[in-house]
Amino acid sequence: MSKFVMPNLQKEKIESYANKGKRLDGRKVDEFRDIKVKFDVSKNSASAVEVTYGKTKVFAGVHLALATPYPDSPDQGTFMTSAELHPMASQQFDTGRPGINSVELARVIDRGIRESGFIDMKALCIKEGEKVYQVFVDIFAVNDDGNLMDVAGLAALIALGRARMPIANEDNSKIVGYSETEGIPLNKDVLSFSMTFHKIGDSIVADVSKEEEAVSKFRLTIAMGDNEGKARITAMQKGLAGTISSKDMETILSLAESKWAEMFPKIREDVFG
Amino acid sequence: MADKGIYTKREDGRAFTDVRPMTAKVGIVPSADGSASFSTGKTKAIAVVRGPRTLHPQHMQNAQTGILRVSYGMMPFSCGDRIRPGPNRRSEEIGKVTEWALSSVVDLSGFPNTVVDVFVQIPQADAGTRVAGINAAALALAHAGIPMKEMVSAIGVGKIDKTLVVDLDKFEDSEFHDAEGSTDIPIVLTSRTKEIALLQLDGKISVQEFKDVIELGKVACDDILKVQMDALKNAGGKDNE
Repeated sequence: MSKFVMPNLQKEKIESYANKGKRLDGRKVDEFRDIKVKFDVSKNSASAVEVTYGKTKVFAGVHLALATPYPDSPDQGTFMTSAELHPMASQQFDTGRPGINSVELARVIDRGIRESGFIDMKALCIKEGEKVYQVFVDIFAVNDDGNLMDVAGLAALIALGRARMPIANEDNSKIVGYSETEGIPLNKDVLSFSMTFHKIGDSIVADVSKEEEAVSKFRLTIAMGDNEGKARITAMQKGLAGTISSKDMETILSLAESKWAEMFPKIREDVFG
Repeated sequence: MADKGIYTKREDGRAFTDVRPMTAKVGIVPSADGSASFSTGKTKAIAVVRGPRTLHPQHMQNAQTGILRVSYGMMPFSCGDRIRPGPNRRSEEIGKVTEWALSSVVDLSGFPNTVVDVFVQIPQADAGTRVAGINAAALALAHAGIPMKEMVSAIGVGKIDKTLVVDLDKFEDSEFHDAEGSTDIPIVLTSRTKEIALLQLDGKISVQEFKDVIELGKVACDDILKVQMDALKNAGGKDNE
């Protein structure tokens, strides 16, 4: 992976704008880009969606397969997330083995979904100890204009929310198609989505562009879900080498709470229809 | 508090804010530029520093500064189930977040085009391996004489059902599933400014409880810092192999 080259003049410009609460694309520092969702981008899987934030575009699809359960959870289905940062999406992505960025992306999204209990794993058991459904979420970045973590995370959630149950053949040895009506078992009340904030100049900036990402001192991803109408933290991940002061943490937490309240109803609608 | 929840006592008798007994030592690998071990309870970590040395491949070199490169791994026999040797997705991610946490305090501007390699390995695991690894790695960097703006100390703080606890063991981290379950929050704090150099979280926690978690982390990191500093003062002492 080659580095994104940022001229110093441009870096200074982005930072001085951020210090004044402004951004080069005209947004306010706490403003997200328009979120658009396209459903059914592939009819051959349990679901496949395209999510865009501004110019950042990510596909996510769900497949189900038949598998043997893990020995430590014989009565539960299994779950796996993978992410491909394809060279088509950015100058900086190379072909071949997944690099650390796609590994981190996939793991953070995987953990968020797994630990929240969003998928009802017990309901994906066909015969205890012998046969369960395996759920794959595959993320594919098509255009990277920053904030892949949030875009890919939301794409994965919507793909799961819209995923249909598979139909197996008579002896449960092969999946032959997907149901038209029945969705995969989900715990809908634990839905949470992630928001990533960056420190740029002296400001905390939401939903960064690729250029902004390149001058970020640190990033903090916070996932929040609903707890009786209030935002509750369900996952966090700090990235990059900068450190977070107490003041920045206060700013991020209150920003995350208010953005969550603003965005959650629409996102719930996108995920469950 | 109205509802204390169901987790009212720790199996090993510790208070909820107690760190497990810690040990730390530097100079455990004589051929290295710096090395250290750090243990908390049954979790043991060792870290080795090699460098600054010329960075290959050459295109990764930075003419302005040296870079830090961290790898993390669990030894195959460190857990109940054998761990397949070599890197995996978990170890790669932990290596990266460790690298970020340590890079925030290390100053390699005096060593352009070089790399400082940090190798973290876990011989025995009982939860909290990434934070034990970071405590060992910070010690090994200091032992190697790498310029650092501050020291860092790392701790796992968590929430078991409704109870906030410090330094989770394996049961608390991965075997407690009742009521609200277990939330593990590894934190790295810088020694002087108390800024956050690493933060990860999975589970369910309110914003107020999260703020309390950071405060508990600050107290625990002060204890850990003391153990780290004592180890550095004892460098070259007679109990070093």
